[in-house]
Amino acid sequence: MKEHVLTLSINGDTHRVLAPSNRSLLDLLRIDLGLTGSKHGCDVGDCGACTVMVDGLPRLSCITLAADAEGRQVQTIEGVATGGRLHPIQIAFDEHVAAQCGYCTPGIVVALKSLFERVPDPSDTAIRDTLGSNICRCTGYTKILSAAAQARDVLNGRV
Amino acid sequence: MALGDSTPKIDGLEKITGAAVFADDMRLPGMLHGAFLRSPHPHARVLSVDTSAAEALDGVHCVLTGKDLPVNYGVIPVAMDEHALATDKVRFIGDEVAAVAALDRATAIRACRLIQVEYEVLEPVFTIEDALDKTKPVLHDKRRKATNVLRRVRQRYGDAKQGFEDADVILEDTYHYPGSTHVPLETQAALATWNPRGQLTLWTSTQNPHYLHRSLARVLQVPQADVRVIKPHVGAGYGGKCDPFPNEICAAELSRRTGRPVKVMLDREEVFYAHRGRHPCRMTLKMGIKRDGTITACDFQAWAPGGAYASYGVVTSYYFGVFMPLPYKLENYDFTSHRLYTNHPPCGPKRGHGAIQPRFALELHLDKMARAIGMDPAALRAMNSVEENTWTCNGLRITSVALQECIDKVVAASGYADKVGNMPPNKGIGIAASCYMCGALHGIYQSEMPQSAVQLYADRSGRVALYSGTADVGQGSNHMLAALTGEVLGIDATDCYVLEADSTLTPVDLGSYSSRVTFFAGNAAVHAAGKLKAVVADAVAAKLECDAAELLFKGHRVYRESDPEQGVSFLDGLHLAEVAHGTLSFVGHYTPPKIGSRFRRQSVGPSPAYSFTAQVAEVTVDPETGWVTVDKIWCAHDCGKAINPVVVEGQIEGSVYMGVGEAMLEHHDFHGPGGHAGPAAGLHRAPSILEYKIPTVHDTPEIETIIVESNDPEGPFGAKEAGEGPQLATVPAIGNAIYDACGIELHAAPFTPDRVLKALERKARADQKAAK
Repeated sequence: MKEHVLTLSINGDTHRVLAPSNRSLLDLLRIDLGLTGSKHGCDVGDCGACTVMVDGLPRLSCITLAADAEGRQVQTIEGVATGGRLHPIQIAFDEHVAAQCGYCTPGIVVALKSLFERVPDPSDTAIRDTLGSNICRCTGYTKILSAAAQARDVLNGRV
Repeated sequence: MALGDSTPKIDGLEKITGAAVFADDMRLPGMLHGAFLRSPHPHARVLSVDTSAAEALDGVHCVLTGKDLPVNYGVIPVAMDEHALATDKVRFIGDEVAAVAALDRATAIRACRLIQVEYEVLEPVFTIEDALDKTKPVLHDKRRKATNVLRRVRQRYGDAKQGFEDADVILEDTYHYPGSTHVPLETQAALATWNPRGQLTLWTSTQNPHYLHRSLARVLQVPQADVRVIKPHVGAGYGGKCDPFPNEICAAELSRRTGRPVKVMLDREEVFYAHRGRHPCRMTLKMGIKRDGTITACDFQAWAPGGAYASYGVVTSYYFGVFMPLPYKLENYDFTSHRLYTNHPPCGPKRGHGAIQPRFALELHLDKMARAIGMDPAALRAMNSVEENTWTCNGLRITSVALQECIDKVVAASGYADKVGNMPPNKGIGIAASCYMCGALHGIYQSEMPQSAVQLYADRSGRVALYSGTADVGQGSNHMLAALTGEVLGIDATDCYVLEADSTLTPVDLGSYSSRVTFFAGNAAVHAAGKLKAVVADAVAAKLECDAAELLFKGHRVYRESDPEQGVSFLDGLHLAEVAHGTLSFVGHYTPPKIGSRFRRQSVGPSPAYSFTAQVAEVTVDPETGWVTVDKIWCAHDCGKAINPVVVEGQIEGSVYMGVGEAMLEHHDFHGPGGHAGPAAGLHRAPSILEYKIPTVHDTPEIETIIVESNDPEGPFGAKEAGEGPQLATVPAIGNAIYDACGIELHAAPFTPDRVLKALERKARADQKAAK
């Protein structure tokens, strides 16, 4: 497999990585950069645990080529809390105990952050539609939905 | 924060920030990666394995075959029928034949493809009929009893013959419950390394580190003291990580032979074949009842084709019978179950182990009985509820029970009484009830030692550290230990630190199975905290010149109840105690009570306490497509005492969710069920998250949770389990709601559109015939 030097912007940092052409963005994050917060639940784009933001849009990093992220802004779960401050989504997830095993959580937090950045005050239906791409096997989604609604309300100054 | 207040989990933030480390997130310098070669045949003899081409591949460091790991194992000592790699036969498609360690996983997988295996293909055994047919090949032909029946259990209590004679109505039916699998989002991964003294450390995604510890020592032929098992964060299990797995054993052996750390993870497809999930089960149930609603007798028979290895199957075969009558009073009961070997991936424990299948049959059957005698299904269940401080006919000691309250509360919340029989066309409502154990009285190996222990160390900083062999796999047991300790000492859960599941550092706990952890480990934590409290109380009493019994521990203070001004901070109390007593470290433990049973054979099933649940489901059936929408579930669960209500709610919601999946979508199904050996026979029909349908947020109904507290006399602060019991009633509640919606009885789950349409057609024909 031919190898290339990829230049990627991850959570605001520029990384130069030598990787084979078929390197997935998820493997690059986890194996090459040690950013293991993004999870692999299936490696074929079925579960959403690997969700990251690429130029603000949610992407399944397990089926995204790392090379396709060159020149774009990638944000992972490690970049959600900034300057040691938790994001309102994370505070809401903690308060509602929306993470049980926590394996799906990074992907869901990132998917919601992307939604809130694109649609500042989404409806409950829009939140559900976003979460339709992420499997959680522990919670029955109930606490995730209530945490997401709280985060939305906090971000819109209603709480 | 006091016990009973909803609070964030002490270890929640790691999971929300991506900082939590799971087994596959770990790497060590020089680490190699493993992969398996698996059987393409459901049943074959392995004649030869040639690994030379694989060994010659650049980057390959070690290739293992069955001869390298000759020692058998299996989680249940009476049925150790597994080898990490096939020694003589393969028994399901996906059975492990060889393992490779290489520089990276891609190379290891490539090497597996270079291994040449010569097989003698044997006739596979797939169905109940084949497994019972003595002319068919025997999977485990070296067993003492050469048969495909792993275990037949027959139990008889009271006088069923007389009971049926006393009945006004007797109904008999056959029910089919499908196999299903756990699908934890984290696939199994294990990382092994040996130190120069020949001691193994294994980090692995397991629910039962202690049983794994024993199996590793046995198979690797090293003393248990030289094996250290550490459970990092685990991406859930639901029973799917209760067995020792070949990836754990092979990671250890590959690491021993290469002298380098080795990680062996499974991909998603491999997890579908590793399985150990719900046993499919055919059941016949005959029940007699009087017109006043008294159940006079039951005859229950179950056949479970459980796959290629025993796993927990012996236990399953007992649980079928133990949990069938519960939560109802029954005096006359005959029960037979068969756990069979077949050439499919092995079944094992899945949430509600052994209780889901009989609950399905009995709760659907009970509604039929209610219709036959013209009684309200909710009232029939309430009047038959077992009562506090009684014994069941099969020797179970019942302590706290709040089933009637659970039924009353779901009926009131859902409006069941007004709605049943009165909903608009194609809408319906149904009820079901259930009961589950809070840990097994007996572990899987014979021992009178404690089954759970907590080592508590109070630092002079005020931090209380808890060392416990428990395995938090997402259910919140770390928080539970901290919250109970905090309650005893008058401090917050967040003042405690929990180090769990490290076999070298933490005292033994048998594991996260059978809903045992809150009851067993919780009592151990209360025990340990109580010892510290007594020492602190003595030291503070000496300073205040009062009686230690007068002191309260509350709000980070230790003070006289009669005069709260007279007291010290908890921290000062620790310092006084350390001066008086020396370093503050105490061990608490829990050994379940010796509950004498009238039945010697009844060693599998009894628990120190039982949880109770009532559920109501509301559904809409589309008669055109057969599609059933579950509109809402109400679940009232008697968890004894909710230590942290928001966590209990999460366990109930997750259980109901998993029940909805089994009711509507999930089927762990294979090609070629008729036993005709085509090339695809025995292949999984849906070995991916895309194909194996599990509920997304769009498939999950609104769930209304009602916590009911019966305060069990022996539970820690009255607590019982909440993580499994709430799943049991979901499937039959939905089934009973479908009957209410459109008058069809479905005797097989999942309730898929094809089954609904067929039943609607049958009903239309029967109605037409009746009209003529």
